[in-house]
Amino acid sequence: MELTGAEIFVRCLQDEGVEHIFGYPGGAVLHIYDELYKQDKVQHVLVRHEQAATHAADAYARATGRAGVALVTSGPGATNAVTGIATAYMDSAPLVVFTGQVPTALIGNDAFQEVDSVGITRPCVKHNFLVKDVRDLATTIKKAFYIATTGRPGPVVVDIPKDITAEKTEYHYPETVSLRSYNPTVKGNIRQVRRAVEIMLGARRPMIYTGGGVILDDAAEELTTLARMLDFPVTNTLMGLGGFPGTDRQFVGMLGMHGTYEANLAMHNCDVLIAIGARFDDRVTGNVEKFCPTATIIHVDVDPASISKNVKVDVPIVGRVKVVLQDMLRELAKSDRRPDVEALAEWWKQIEEWRSMECLKYDRDADVIKPQFVVEKLFEVTGGDAFVTSDVGQHQMFAAQFYKFDRPRRWINSGGLGTMGFGLPAAMGVQFAHPDETVVCITGEGSIQMNIQELSTIRQYGLPLKVVNLNNRYLGMVRQWQEFFYQGRYAMSYMESLPDFVKLAEAYGHVGIQVEKPEDVEGALREAMEIRDRAVFLNFLTDQTENVYPMIPAGAGQNEMILI
Amino acid sequence: MRHIISILLENEAGALSRVAGLFSARGYNIESLTVAPTDDPSLSRMTLVTSGTDDVIEQIVKQLNKLIEVVKLGDMTEGVHIEREMMLIKIRVVGDQREEIKRLSDIFRGRIIDVSQTTYTIELTGTGSKLDAFIEAVGSTPILEVVRSGAIGIQRGEKALRL
Repeated sequence: MELTGAEIFVRCLQDEGVEHIFGYPGGAVLHIYDELYKQDKVQHVLVRHEQAATHAADAYARATGRAGVALVTSGPGATNAVTGIATAYMDSAPLVVFTGQVPTALIGNDAFQEVDSVGITRPCVKHNFLVKDVRDLATTIKKAFYIATTGRPGPVVVDIPKDITAEKTEYHYPETVSLRSYNPTVKGNIRQVRRAVEIMLGARRPMIYTGGGVILDDAAEELTTLARMLDFPVTNTLMGLGGFPGTDRQFVGMLGMHGTYEANLAMHNCDVLIAIGARFDDRVTGNVEKFCPTATIIHVDVDPASISKNVKVDVPIVGRVKVVLQDMLRELAKSDRRPDVEALAEWWKQIEEWRSMECLKYDRDADVIKPQFVVEKLFEVTGGDAFVTSDVGQHQMFAAQFYKFDRPRRWINSGGLGTMGFGLPAAMGVQFAHPDETVVCITGEGSIQMNIQELSTIRQYGLPLKVVNLNNRYLGMVRQWQEFFYQGRYAMSYMESLPDFVKLAEAYGHVGIQVEKPEDVEGALREAMEIRDRAVFLNFLTDQTENVYPMIPAGAGQNEMILI
Repeated sequence: MRHIISILLENEAGALSRVAGLFSARGYNIESLTVAPTDDPSLSRMTLVTSGTDDVIEQIVKQLNKLIEVVKLGDMTEGVHIEREMMLIKIRVVGDQREEIKRLSDIFRGRIIDVSQTTYTIELTGTGSKLDAFIEAVGSTPILEVVRSGAIGIQRGEKALRL
């Protein structure tokens, strides 16, 4: 029996096992919406802005490991989605975005709501397609899911002209699909793995540095086993938090610009660096000329282009992080050699000395609420087991520093692109994926206003998520840089005319709680966590002048941190 | 250093712009770029001349390989290879110059493919530097138009860039 393109589209999603799709209707996708209406296998979530659809789908993917799916209309629907697509691209999230397009006959005619979606998204997708024939639709959708979720994951856009959704053809959804030009490497070269293991066993001052790749490939268990077997210190990037238990003795904290003193000093002084699923981002390395001057560097990554891009490495291993780690564990078990216990004891002694500097200390006796204190209390109140999303800025760094993630996929933030407005829709996506889990969005009064309209979506679907607004009335990170590097000229970083967030939350049908004193923080958080049937917006009035410490200033090396 | 990178890519709409977009987005140089279908109609062969340090070239090759439509690629400059470029050049020739330019074209193994009362159009094939040398040799004779194809390359001997 022949089906229309719109019917085929919905059948493909069903056969792909898609449960949720985040979207917003419009002219070019009306046939598709009509088919979505007629079924109940795929739940469509109506957001209030297309950017939120892509962030929610992205976070859904990060929290589950399955592809997130968004559906938007042509023209402004597609352009609004671009920020979310670019966010997913920078953080390698498996995302499939369907954009409606004007009918094929009108393409190129400057038709109403026409934009070259394939052209606009090309630099920020892993791949994209324009479907020109209904007979290609099902295969293209299969390819999109395949490309998005394999190798180094990333967003894939499928642009579907309206006439294609009306035309008919036989439906067949391929079980598998293969592309002659796309065969991501799975297994690392075993000789390189052996060489790496030998170097690791000979290390006197080793350091394991892991990133988002460990989370994406579900390799936290293998990583933890390896690190414990060797008793090596571990640091995670912002994207890698939760890859190794944050409360473990061997964990030295996050590294990089706002990482811990001990993590950065250990990086700078190590003799063997084992980089796993991390990409030597500039916020991690600081000045690359001064990066890890004495280290032999081993780098495991699924993407060959990430290797030796920013920093030259000595032992490159291209392959899936999980598979390579399993091979490493096997080779370690086979080897008669053991790590140099004495050298390691000496190294740990040095690291403990750095750790004793307590680089994350802050004033606990202040009369005003310290943002760090709120995150610490949140960690306690949630038992360290919440899914935490964040926006971008100081609150993001405080969340990363003070919420100790013991498990992967619990910390969801925009690390690469640094997208303000990510946190709230991301929390929605996570809550759809895990309806019974505690989901908290840590944000600031700047970021939250970039997608605050989603409070309406949250009400519509009765999501019980919690918003922790660290409201210091400033764009805090901008203010901090202006204080440090622009002689305190606070250009446009003060947020005037803020809404009454409690009333705003209530207007949307949520619970709003205002917290102004440190002694009320814990009680407010406990109260919020007990409300399970509605969203709660906690507005914490925090210290206006608090800064994120420690800090590596731009252009400095990892050993040149500013401490408080 | 100058590199000639040959790419076999899916003969699909948009493949070319993906390669061109990669170069502009990442700030790589393109000296010339030429593309046409091959004997296998599903494949195009693109020849791209670029320059950069070894590290930059390594990144270019890796980034190109990452593009889904790139099926296979080779750096011609890594081994012995032959490089060719074609030029069509239209020159204003009157009086004694007609004989002079004809001789010059013969020396460079060019072919005059169009003649008018006042012009010659010459077809010339060779390496880029040979074409440059011809333009220089033409000297003060007025050049009306120059069309160059951009370089193409192929490896010598048994080696071949094929699937």
